[in-house]
Amino acid sequence: MAAPAGSAPGTPGGGRSRKALVTMVPMTWLVLFFMVPFIIVFGISFSQSVLAIPPYEPLWSWVDDQVLTLRLHLGNYNYLFTDSLYVSSYLYSLKVAAVSTCLCLLLGYPMAYGIARAPPTRRNLYLMLIILPFWTSFLLRVYAWIGLLKNNGVINNVLMWFGVIDEPITMMQTDFAVYIGIVYSYLPFMILPLYSNLEKHDRTLLEAAADLGSRPWKAFLRITVPLSVPGIVAGALLVFIPAVGEYVIPSLLGRTDQLMIGRVLSDEFFANRDWPVASAVATAMLILLVAPIMIFQRYQSRELAHK
Amino acid sequence: MIGGRKFFVPTMLAFGFAFLYVPILSMIFFSFNYSKLVTVWDAARSPTLRWYGLLFQNDQIMGAAWLSIKIATLNACISVVLGTLAGLVLARFGRFRGRTLLAAMTTAPLVMPEVITGLAMLLLFVAMEQLIGWPAGRGVTTITIAHVTFSMAYVTVVIQSRLANFDDSLEEAAMDLGARPAKVFWRITLPLIMPAIVSGWLLAFTLSWDDVVISQFVAGPSSTTLPMVIFSKVRLGVSPDVNALATLMVLIVATGVVCSALFMQRQEKRRQREMQLANE
Repeated sequence: MAAPAGSAPGTPGGGRSRKALVTMVPMTWLVLFFMVPFIIVFGISFSQSVLAIPPYEPLWSWVDDQVLTLRLHLGNYNYLFTDSLYVSSYLYSLKVAAVSTCLCLLLGYPMAYGIARAPPTRRNLYLMLIILPFWTSFLLRVYAWIGLLKNNGVINNVLMWFGVIDEPITMMQTDFAVYIGIVYSYLPFMILPLYSNLEKHDRTLLEAAADLGSRPWKAFLRITVPLSVPGIVAGALLVFIPAVGEYVIPSLLGRTDQLMIGRVLSDEFFANRDWPVASAVATAMLILLVAPIMIFQRYQSRELAHK
Repeated sequence: MIGGRKFFVPTMLAFGFAFLYVPILSMIFFSFNYSKLVTVWDAARSPTLRWYGLLFQNDQIMGAAWLSIKIATLNACISVVLGTLAGLVLARFGRFRGRTLLAAMTTAPLVMPEVITGLAMLLLFVAMEQLIGWPAGRGVTTITIAHVTFSMAYVTVVIQSRLANFDDSLEEAAMDLGARPAKVFWRITLPLIMPAIVSGWLLAFTLSWDDVVISQFVAGPSSTTLPMVIFSKVRLGVSPDVNALATLMVLIVATGVVCSALFMQRQEKRRQREMQLANE
């Protein structure tokens, strides 16, 4: 029997108009509440801060009620490049995100590998144990580390009790604490894409390599690792991109003499009430992250295509 | 070398799980400590439920928790509807103009730094209020809209990957037998994706319940959510009643996750059995 007119076979959505309606609902929401806000941020980044409500100058104004003029102010961007605070915050954020991503990979890869190679009955249990912390409050999990890392915290107390150290080691408000916090919070995001990649590998490839006399570690490096590159890339991007703009973790665990860019943005906005500069900071951050975001999107759309 | 790998991988797995769970367990342990210093165990007067008692008398925390529950519930319901529609469109409608845009707008929120989303949403609300007078001021409405926008992206992924696991042969068969598209959706597609809808709802609830950064941008002076209260408390250092609160939240979540995992497993088994029967 022929499919109803106007619909591709097998698509539950009905006629063209009904399909358009179904598409329009989420599309409208996202255009209005996701795309338009970014255009506004971009616009306000060219505005000037004024003492008013809202505290920025409109970009458009009517001169003599007749001519619509558009004034673009580039000062905010000039400011970003000349004030060393911003440049060093961007570089520091990129460094922290990169180091944390590498640490996440070093810990996450063996874990994902171990889960993928575990007997199927135990695999689900392991996966649940990976996902479970993700469901509990992120904020409270970062908070838990304050109790462990502070000078009279659990780690220092235990080490001193065993006599390993005499003086507490300062761990709070260091880069180390921020790395720990990011690796801890984002580890599931690294493990899950890696696992779903490693689990699909054809084991016969490794057997063939072994039959041909390849040593296990060589087979691992030449077969398993190259095949898992998509999983590595996805996991790394899921950690790296949000980590660049991370705000909560450095605020609770990080240094006070060197801020990450997310904190700078928030300070510009809340403390200085300078919305145009905050918008410029956000726009510049987005430009830095555009390439990684696009790579992630390509991976994601391939992953969600028909299996 | 085989011996090395057999040793290395389980060690890393054990280390990783310890890394994930030791902080949570230590937080739970010290919630029963009498001392205000939290991590210095007061052996004489502990364990105690002192901080749990104080927690329930704290009106600020209780009020914020209630507000968070309301927002998270509202958010989860709206996100599930929008996310299911978006997931269905992306997985089943084939190619159409705007598909790339929709796909991009449902994946970008997954990785977008929260400070950027928060700032962007707030600037939108301010501009809208200037232009059309809505939303008047900031509060539950603006927080919910902001939360829906990123939660629905997660729901979309969950629905889409569930639909990708099934080919559309069942739906096609129903259509060939003359079922109308609406009926195909309600009788075939919806039951198939029901587990994904349930986990999408829970995921959306959790994301909203947990969010602090975006809420901070779009909340008004009279709408302080629970994570905002916790954040302002823990910025000043450890606090024993936060440990008590964390313990309660971890216990509730853990029970919920375990129960729903068991439920899903049973559903899945039943579905597989039915499929088998149908194939025989």
